[in-house]
Amino acid sequence: MRRAFELAGLSALPLAVLGVFFVLPVSGMVSEGFVADGRFDPGGVLEVLGRPRVHRVVWFTVWSSTVATLVAVLLGLPVAHLLHRRRFPGRGVLRSLLLVPFVLPTVVVGVAFRELIGESGPLGFLGLDGSAVAIVAGLVFFNVAVVIRAVGAAWESLDPRPAEAAAALGASPAQVLLTVTLPALRPAIVSAASVVFLFCATAFGVVLTLGGLRYSSVETEIYLLTTNLLDLQAAAALSILQLLAITGLLVVTGRLRAVPDPALARSVRRAPRPSRGDWPGVVATGLVLLLVGAPLAALALGSLRVGDAWSLGNYRALTGAGSQHALLVSVTDALVTSLRTAVDATWMSLSLGLLVTVVVTRRSRSRTERRVRGLLDGLFMLPLGVSAVTLGFGFLITLDRPPVDLRDSPLLVPIAQALVALPLVVRTLVPVLGGVDDRQRQAAASLGAGPLRTFATVELPLVWRPLTAAAGFAFAVSLGEFGATSFLAREDHPTLPIVIFHLIGHPGAMNYGMSLAASVVLAATTALVMLAVDRLRVSSVGAF
Amino acid sequence: MRPIHALTHALAPLALALAAAGCSTIGDDSSSSAPDDATKPTRVVLVTHESFSLPKPLIKQFEQASGLDLVVRATGDAGILTNKLVLTKDDPLGDVAFGVDNTFASRALDAGVFAPYDAALPDGAEEYRLPGDDEHGLTPVDDASVCVNVDDTWFADHDLAPPRTLDDLADPAYRDLFVTPGAATSSPGMAFLLTTIAAYGEDGWQDYWTKLMDNGVKLTAGWSDAYEVDFTQGGGHGDRPIVLSYDSSPAFTVSGGTSSTSALLDTCFRQVEYAGVLDGAANPDGAEQLVDFLLSPEVQAALPESMYVFPVDSSVKLPAEWARFAEQPSDPYEVDPGAIGEHRDEWLREWSDVTSR
Repeated sequence: MRRAFELAGLSALPLAVLGVFFVLPVSGMVSEGFVADGRFDPGGVLEVLGRPRVHRVVWFTVWSSTVATLVAVLLGLPVAHLLHRRRFPGRGVLRSLLLVPFVLPTVVVGVAFRELIGESGPLGFLGLDGSAVAIVAGLVFFNVAVVIRAVGAAWESLDPRPAEAAAALGASPAQVLLTVTLPALRPAIVSAASVVFLFCATAFGVVLTLGGLRYSSVETEIYLLTTNLLDLQAAAALSILQLLAITGLLVVTGRLRAVPDPALARSVRRAPRPSRGDWPGVVATGLVLLLVGAPLAALALGSLRVGDAWSLGNYRALTGAGSQHALLVSVTDALVTSLRTAVDATWMSLSLGLLVTVVVTRRSRSRTERRVRGLLDGLFMLPLGVSAVTLGFGFLITLDRPPVDLRDSPLLVPIAQALVALPLVVRTLVPVLGGVDDRQRQAAASLGAGPLRTFATVELPLVWRPLTAAAGFAFAVSLGEFGATSFLAREDHPTLPIVIFHLIGHPGAMNYGMSLAASVVLAATTALVMLAVDRLRVSSVGAF
Repeated sequence: MRPIHALTHALAPLALALAAAGCSTIGDDSSSSAPDDATKPTRVVLVTHESFSLPKPLIKQFEQASGLDLVVRATGDAGILTNKLVLTKDDPLGDVAFGVDNTFASRALDAGVFAPYDAALPDGAEEYRLPGDDEHGLTPVDDASVCVNVDDTWFADHDLAPPRTLDDLADPAYRDLFVTPGAATSSPGMAFLLTTIAAYGEDGWQDYWTKLMDNGVKLTAGWSDAYEVDFTQGGGHGDRPIVLSYDSSPAFTVSGGTSSTSALLDTCFRQVEYAGVLDGAANPDGAEQLVDFLLSPEVQAALPESMYVFPVDSSVKLPAEWARFAEQPSDPYEVDPGAIGEHRDEWLREWSDVTSR
């Protein structure tokens, strides 16, 4: 009985937040589609699912996201190894640099990509502009950081002794990798892959900008149906399809994540320097740097050009209002708003994420209990897979009357961003916390440690790295979030991505240059914050 | 022992405390100015799209004259704005909406989003009234025409006469030179589709688009992709010298006293933006004052530089570069707003079929 109460008590707050800010708006929006001419009409929704166009759209979404996820994982794993298990100068800078794409607004990255691969760009001869290859490359560009960071954090806290034992017993490095390391990392890899898949499947700007309108995904289709055609019936059908697909994905990944014997090191040894055997990591890192670096370089170079000359003019203009008063707020003001919002979104998603993690990683005593915990685990992943458009419109039509009259609250933006970041936080923490050996806690407790002390000496040192990784993720998600924010941001306090979008959407050479410069500022800010977060060490906490 | 209690007990109160204390870095400033139900309203709320922008001194001036705080809620484009208004019509988002254009107007009017208000129009604004809006739900505020633009420098360098008409765009002489944002994802793109529908008829535009596609037209997601990346005069120095943009665009490519681009005035569709008092507004008085303010000579004069659009007030003096380089079409193509509302879905579907073949 007590366990049931505790389960309910711990999950009450996250469930309430999810209920009000996700379930309510999304179901409100979906139910609009079920009512035609004032009557409940589920047949119309079903009819939509039979359209050939819908089948095409679903098929494209599935295969492009699958390919992008596979590429991101294959590229990301060796990089994660090099950046998290090896020690070399500049490692911290590389790590934070690779997270930069994750926060950049797709409109600007789309422009940077297309300047490279467009007909007149340096890579124009490849003929990639408007191709599916360009879309997949764009998806990998944005999401490879998720694999590197989430898997890297788990890899860092992996106990090296089983691998060493296997090697001592004569296993080749490849055998060690396949039979010891990868199985131990499986929860983290599957977690990262499922998040990447959801990000890819709900990508919007990349598909439209890089695909040259030749491709439609479920997400772009929902956007068109909701914002342009106001065909809520079809949009509802696709939203339900999204929800079903995510649920299926979560069931599968939930099975794959389960690991019989997790092994985490209590203390992490100093990482060795790279050796000859690390060539796959070096090659993959080089490739990822190229993929991430080329568009970023195009962006940075473009931001330094005014007319036909090199100049810092675009940067100097950032404190002003843009040519012809394009902006109500300066880019510097927007940056401050972005940072403040990100702080809020980070603490919200971290506190909710920790609660959820504790609930879902706790060892279950019965099958029902395990089912309930598994269900909760999946539930908090849902916000990643549902269209920001559906959520944004849903906020407007459901959160408009007491007790939750929040339509105009400035807190809505960080709350929405926290919801988007929450799955990442949970997926980063669960593999590690789930791997804490119960006997360590028991030992601490039987030695007389109280609950707080047990937490500080056993769990915190283990959770610290993934916690900083998760905080970094949450902060980055918030800094870069555009979809939901664009629906909610108020004109007197827009965030930086909103301002960048505004700048690039208006004529005037200066506005274009400023939007590039503002993107570089956003990228640099992100890199600096990530660098600072990674420097936070736990050595002062706990007495060992 | 139940060891995980350690974490449980340590974290739950912490998280609850954090959430309850709301230790947020963003203050909630909306409560102070929220209107009480019985007392005199202290603010007026403008719901608009993300392109809305007016100089701060002008807004201050309005606030001082009316004694009301002007709260601006700007998100999304004209389509998103219209759909938001339709979906929230029973509990409106504000008092005034600005930015619904003639391609979306009939949807908002049919849904009964706007309350009638017959504002006194400035000189020359009468011709911008929405056809069929006999109850005066919408008041015209500005207009901008979507026209094909050409890079004159490029054509001079290549000894080629620039195109002039829609037919020219399908001429093999201009193969692979035209880039336009798509109708499904971009508001100027939609306007161009309407241009072709007005020019070639409801049964003829499909053939024209087939010819355009055969002639190598490039489609992009949005205006910035077309203009800034693919257009030869855009920020990214692309390689296509013909682009879909606005009649005012040549005013932004001026250097050394001449503009390097020009708009083809026989290829234009006029987009008019309207303001209207929302039905069920909390402050209908303030709303009417705000609509009047948008029509005032000061705001009308500020429109070109703030929002890149032409004022509906013909007596307002345009900025020098606009007066010289931004020529407006005298006889733009038109499609009845009711027909747009009725056929938008079907036209976009057909357009998608033709362009993705």
